[in-house]
Formats: sequence, C-alpha cells, structure tokens
Amino acid sequence: MNVFSGVWDWLTDGAHWTGESGIPTRVLEHLEYTALTLLAAIIIAVPLGAWIGHIGRGAGIVGMLANSLRALPSFGVLILLTVWALDRAWGTGGLLAATVVTLLILAIPPILTNTYAGVRAVDPAVRDAARGMGMSPMTQLLRVELPNALPLIMAGIRSAYLQVVATAVIAPYISLGGLGTYVYYGLSQQDYPQMTAGAVLIALLAIAGDLLLAGIARLIVSPGLQIPRRRAWYRRRPNVSPAAATTAAVEPASTDLDSEPNDPDTAGDDRRAAAR
Amino acid sequence: MSARPRNLAGVITFEQVSKRYPDGTLAVDGLSLEIPDGATTVLVGPSGCGKTTSLRMINRMIDPSHGRILIDGKDITSEPAPLLRRGIGYVIQNAGLFPNRTVLGNIATVPLLVGMSKRAARARASELLERVGLAPELGKRYPAQLSGGQQQRVGVARALAADPPILLMDEPFSAVDPVVRTELQDELLRLQHELGKTVVFVTHDIDEAVKLGDRLAIMAVGGRLAQFGTPAEVLEAPADDFVAAFVGRDRGYRALSFASADALPVHPEPTVKLGEPLRGNGWLLVVDDTDAPRGWVNADEHPAGQPVRQQDLRLGGTLLAPGGSVRTALDAALSSPSGRGVAVDAAGKVRGTLRPGDVFGAAERAATSGSTEAYYDEKQLTATEHAELTAAEQGADRLSKDGR
Repeated sequence: MNVFSGVWDWLTDGAHWTGESGIPTRVLEHLEYTALTLLAAIIIAVPLGAWIGHIGRGAGIVGMLANSLRALPSFGVLILLTVWALDRAWGTGGLLAATVVTLLILAIPPILTNTYAGVRAVDPAVRDAARGMGMSPMTQLLRVELPNALPLIMAGIRSAYLQVVATAVIAPYISLGGLGTYVYYGLSQQDYPQMTAGAVLIALLAIAGDLLLAGIARLIVSPGLQIPRRRAWYRRRPNVSPAAATTAAVEPASTDLDSEPNDPDTAGDDRRAAAR
Repeated sequence: MSARPRNLAGVITFEQVSKRYPDGTLAVDGLSLEIPDGATTVLVGPSGCGKTTSLRMINRMIDPSHGRILIDGKDITSEPAPLLRRGIGYVIQNAGLFPNRTVLGNIATVPLLVGMSKRAARARASELLERVGLAPELGKRYPAQLSGGQQQRVGVARALAADPPILLMDEPFSAVDPVVRTELQDELLRLQHELGKTVVFVTHDIDEAVKLGDRLAIMAVGGRLAQFGTPAEVLEAPADDFVAAFVGRDRGYRALSFASADALPVHPEPTVKLGEPLRGNGWLLVVDDTDAPRGWVNADEHPAGQPVRQQDLRLGGTLLAPGGSVRTALDAALSSPSGRGVAVDAAGKVRGTLRPGDVFGAAERAATSGSTEAYYDEKQLTATEHAELTAAEQGADRLSKDGR
C-alpha cells in the first residue's frame, strides 16, 4: 500500500512534469532512442529478411546469427561500445550511437525472422502465379511477397518495439536520458517510489506504443489479408445451426442475425454448406 | 470486345524436348508435338507423366534440358522470360490469386505490367469479370471472400486480361467440387467458343480431357507421348496398351459423348405440378411452376387426390438438354426411376421423355457406326418399324417398373 501511494504521489507531483528532467522530456528522450533503433532495424532487417525469404536460402545461417546476437548481454555491449565511442571522442553522438547499436541487437532478430517467415509463408501458388504472369523478381517481391508478408512483419516490429522500449532503460548508465533515469537514480538513491514510477511509465509507454503500432498495421495491411478471422467466425455458423443455413440458402436476404443479410459471400458459403 | 472466330496465332511446337531434373528423374522424354492454334489441346496422363512439366516449359517456368520450343516458329528463349510470360495466359490449380489485391486488382495485373494506364486496366478488368460470369460487385472483394469456384473464374479472367493468344491451364478445376467443376468446364467451353484461343490444358481426368479437348495428348509415365489425336480417335483406336488402359474400360460409354442425341424422339409426358393433387398411376413426372422437372412420384404408392409434396419425390437424375449426347440421354434414362429419361429445352422446361428402347438403339448405332442421325431418319420412314419400336418401349417401360 505504501509503495503504491508513494508512486502515485510521485507521479502526481507537478514538479516532476516540468523541466529538463521532467516526465515529458524523459518520455521524448525514451521515444527518440526507441524510434531511432526501430527505424534502423527496419531499414536493415526488412530488406535482408525479404531477400532471404525470396531466394529461400541462407535462412539458417542468418537466423542463427541473429539469435546468437540476441544472447549478448545488452549491458555489456553498451559499456563496450561506449568505451570505444569515448576513445574515438565522438561525444554525445557517440553515446547515442552506442545505445542505438546495443538496442539494434535486440530489435533486428524479431523483424528479420518475421520478414523472412512472412515472405516464405506466401502461398506457393500465389508466388507461382506472380512469376507466371510475367512479374520480374523485384516486382514479385515488392508487389506480392512483401504486401502479403506485412502482417507478420508488423508483428515483428511490435515485438521489437516492446523489447527496445523496455531495454532503453539502460541509457542513463552512459549518462543519456530517457525514462531509465528514474529507475537508475531511484535505485541508487533508494528512492523506490521514483524507481517504480519510472517502471510504470515505461510499461505505459510500451502499451501505448504497441497499440499505436497495431493501429498502423490495421491501416497499412491490405484488407484482403485481414479477412480470414472474420470468415472463420462466419463459417462456424452453418454447422452450429443447420436449419439457419437452409433458410439462408432458400432466401439469402433472411433476417437471420447470424449471417449478414446482404453478403452474397456468406450466402454462398451457406449454399455450399447446405449442398454438402 | 466482340466475338471473333479464331486468333490464328499461338502454334506451339515442341522439338525433341526433354527435361531431366537434377535428381535424375526424366520428366519429359524427347517430346515432339505441334499444338494447333485456336483449339484446346489437353495434356492428359497419370501422375508423373510430365504433363505439368511440359506445360510449364511453354512459358519458361521450367527450362528444358534438351530440345527447343517454338511459338509461331519463334524460339521462346529469344526474349526475356517475364516478357514472354506476359503474352501467355496462365491459370493454375487453386487460382493463386493475390490475397492482398481486390478481384479487379488481380485481373488488372498483366495489363498494368504491360504498361496500360490504371483507368484502362480497371475498365478492362471489369469487362473480363463480366465475361467469366461474375457479378460486377464482386470486383471490390478480396479473394478470401470468394468461393473456390469464383476464385477460379477470377483466375481465368486474370489470365485473359491482356488478351494473350495462348492460355495455359494447369489442372485448374481439380480443387473444386464436382458440381462447380462442371460449371467451370461449361464456362470454359463457352469462353473458348467466343475467343478461340490456343488453350493448353493439363488434367489427369480423362473425362475432363474428353469433354474439353479438341485434341488429346496422352502422356505415359516417363514423359513419353503415347498418343496425339482427337478424343474420338483416342477412344476408338487407342494407340497402345497404355492408352487403352488409361482411357479405361468405360471408353465405349465415353465414346457415346460424341454422338448427338438431338435426333432421338421425345415423347410427350404428362406432368403434375408440385403441390397439386395427384391423378393417374405409375411413375409421374413432377414439375414446378416454371415447368422445370423436380422429380418423380409413384402414384401407386401415393394416396390419390392428395397434393404432391417435396418429400414424396424421388429426385430425378440427369436431364437431356438440346445439344446433349447419347451418353447424357443414356444416363438420363438409367438415372430415372421410371426408366424414362427427361428431356428439357434450353430454358430447362420439360419437353417430354425419352424411351429406353430409343436410347439403347441410339447407343448401339453410335457404337457401330458413330452416327445416330441416319438411324432415326430411316426409322421415321417406316411406320411398321415405328410401331415395333413403340411396342419395345412399352416392354422396356414395364420392365423398368417391375424391376424397381
């Protein structure tokens, strides 16, 4: 109870919402690291995954490499890169680069493997048709394989986002900002309400960003690829109630609430179900 | 697009073409074949006979190991494969529609690839949607919202969109149910009648091959061409034991598909409307309000004067429509509980029934001479024979009643 009320008090303290170490600034910093990382990860992993998926070779090696990178401890990598960046005297830019590269190691594998898997998962008949229609390999990839892999690619990006947004908490260890500062300073000053509040904010940012990405996915994924779930729901209906299916077969515009009255597709399904 | 007779382009020549896969399998062995333009040639044979490989070599989805393929005398390797493919319609099993594109977007694929404007490509796509018998409102749907049969129609429309002289069809109808398959086959025959493309069709189903093909290329396991000829030639004179075995023991029955049943006499048949009280005895033909046959009812088992209900019906089988074959007529007779096959007009209304005696006679004549027309012209001349025939029919009718 004590911790909760402490966190609440900390979060509702107006002083924590302004200034250079205020919550809005920290959120923006946190998002900056996350967005930079995701952008770089997409630029690297999507074309690579698409290419491997298209030619259908090299998946084993790349997958293994990506996954073994995942096993590297982020903290260790960050320190190593920071030492190197400081040695080169790259300044704050160097620190930012060190952070982004560290986070990239986490962000690339899910996007890479999902892009590869999404492209591979395109129905071989669809691939065959694309080639047989006279599409060049690049057109096949851009017009057919990538659009159809998009749901999986977006899932990979969401997964990468969650990993990155949670791990970006390490940035203050090399004197950068972000929401990790609350966790870092809270811990070192034994200010547990501050530390917990930082964790809560990160969790909220993770959820908000994930919802945003899910919304983007809904917008950019072709509606044709968002249908199967709906159809599965319809398909079960005639089996649940054969009587309803028969009615629909005789009179497609039935008022049966289970089937969309003006949807000839559903009616067609019913007809086929009834014919069986 | 107006109907036109033939394209007069798209002769496909195989010159000593072989294909050996890296694993050593010889899929096609020294195939030499000239596929005529403006007609449907069916490559048919059991699994592993190289029919699909042969088809896919035409649009260079597979490259031959030896030999060459020419289209209108020009080697197909003389232009880049994607360009060649844009000029050849390609239809595959399961249609292979792009799930991310609407129906119209799918059909417009090749027109867009060859540089047609978006507007023109969409107009062309709408036109083809109609041509393959789909409602215009389906154009905005996505493939996942279509039935298997509708998807395959879209597949055909997509292949025809750039008006290629050649259409390759790789077992296009084998993944749909038999009723839809028959619809699609009839649709293809209608389309081909209008368009006159060079169609190369692959199937393992000899019935489908006989129905659709102007020419059959029967292929044997090991990629050997066993026989090339019209369906009638193949069924009447199989070139070897393999072809004879492949076309099967029913081939006499299949050959009846080539004999027209239009000359068969159709006898008037009293009908009862569904829902009306029953009069008479024996098997009576029940029709609906539009005079379309619904089934048969046995008046001897039905309380007199009671209306005929749907559940009283013995559902009839095959119907003989104008232009039907003796095979259909025979099936109509055999699948009818009364033994009398139902003949309908083009609108599906009952014209009358066929007598088993006539049908068996026609079948016999078809098997021996290949023509039924002469038989009936002759028959109609002699009144005595006609009387004899009627007596025979009545006998057959009685037989079919007793035998039920």
